[in-house]
Amino acid sequence: MARITYVEHDGTEHIVEVKNGTSVMEGAIKNNVPGIDADCGGACACATCHVYVDAAWDGKTGAKSAMEESMLDFAENVEANSRLSCQIKVTDELDGLVVRLPESQH
Amino acid sequence: MADLAARVVIAGAGHAGGSAAAFLRQYGHTGPIALIGDEPLVPYQRPPLSKAWLKGEADAASLAMKPAEWYGDNGCSLYLGLSVVGLDRTARTVSLSDGRSLGYDVLILATGARARTLPLPGADLSGVMALRTAADAEALKAALGPGKRLAVVGGGYVGLEAAASARALGSEAVIIEREERVLARVACPLLSAFFTGYHQSRGVTFELSAGVEGFAGQDGRVTGVRLADGRTLACDAALVGVGAIPNDEIAQAAGLDCKGGILVDAEARTSDPDIFAIGDVTQRPLPLYDRTVRLESVPNALEQAKQAASAITGRPGPAPEVPWFWSDQYDLKLQIAGMPFDADTILVRGDPAAAKFAVFHLKGDWIQAVEAVNAPPEFMMGKSLIGSRKAISREKLADPSVSMKEVAA
Repeated sequence: MARITYVEHDGTEHIVEVKNGTSVMEGAIKNNVPGIDADCGGACACATCHVYVDAAWDGKTGAKSAMEESMLDFAENVEANSRLSCQIKVTDELDGLVVRLPESQH
Repeated sequence: MADLAARVVIAGAGHAGGSAAAFLRQYGHTGPIALIGDEPLVPYQRPPLSKAWLKGEADAASLAMKPAEWYGDNGCSLYLGLSVVGLDRTARTVSLSDGRSLGYDVLILATGARARTLPLPGADLSGVMALRTAADAEALKAALGPGKRLAVVGGGYVGLEAAASARALGSEAVIIEREERVLARVACPLLSAFFTGYHQSRGVTFELSAGVEGFAGQDGRVTGVRLADGRTLACDAALVGVGAIPNDEIAQAAGLDCKGGILVDAEARTSDPDIFAIGDVTQRPLPLYDRTVRLESVPNALEQAKQAASAITGRPGPAPEVPWFWSDQYDLKLQIAGMPFDADTILVRGDPAAAKFAVFHLKGDWIQAVEAVNAPPEFMMGKSLIGSRKAISREKLADPSVSMKEVAA
């Protein structure tokens, strides 16, 4: 279990307990956090679950697959700390994770 | 003027209906929401049913869009295992299959589509199945396993995905298609040939241009598929995947405008201003292509759920989207954006033999559609170029050494 803070583009914070083995995307969707669309449900097919991982967590959220890199490369407003949240698996080590959401996923 | 306290009834608890409830709450709707679904489950993701779920890589909890308690916690009353059997637009009520009726201020019809069945001898045998619901997927999964033989009638996406999953589970699979190629209605011949070859090299066999006369059975259970040429293909289970029919009967009976689905506008509103319709059941405008279409896809369900929830809560609607679809088979990720309407040229970028390529459908110098196999840049940039209606250079697009960013520049 990890406590994850999702920060909407306007600064609104949502703090949610997310189960190990699920994804950071699922934690948002199952708790109705606005700002993550996840059109494809986690198939890494749409790039609508884009988040910015807080600097303190840099390097702790696992490596990007080639598919994720490739999808992110064409998403809007991508930064060095951009990730597709469906590809970040939740573990105890991510307890306290903070992710920020872009203004739009489309 | 939006009434945030309006009573909203949502008929249909699939991807569209479930998402509409969630978006209404996200957008600040405070009135009661009733969600009616004929399956016994809270809204769940259907796409994995033919993929990860069939292979045992996903469970019921991971398929659910929201945990069951979310609905009660958020003022959504669930009416599950029940269908809407009538709509009275004057009294503003819907009647349920258990005899109850519910009053609404705003109604959202999200009744989806059902699998088309074949009116053939033996179609009612046990083991002749469709794949639409979690219960269907459960039955199919139980019929698969090492040494089992699956016959798929219909070479569409559901059939191809199920065949790939069957092979992953150690089952034999044969695909029987009436047309001379698979994906005949939804993809170009090059893509059909590519997928046929990929499946063949993984042990799937094909019967193309093959008519089905019926199903053979013993003791009430299917044992084979009888073809028009007299042969019978032995099987332990037969999956029929020959398209879907919109569940628009209630809307028709209530006098809403329907034409191959419930007709809606760009806000997902029907011909009755207090009734919206979303998802697979709708015939919707597609301004980009200047026509109306019925789309069966999750992105369409989500877009229309947002449109309806926005209109009901008085927010500006979402930006129009380019229709898109995806399919996972073996290690292939197929991503399709746009519709190939009015295309005059097909241009291939990349190498089908390397299983990494994209097929672009062009109308002049505009991209109308792209079918991308393991080619995310082509899909992502193609989708963006379809939406922006930006002219591109065919020479650059055809040359994989020119990046997609450069093509779009």
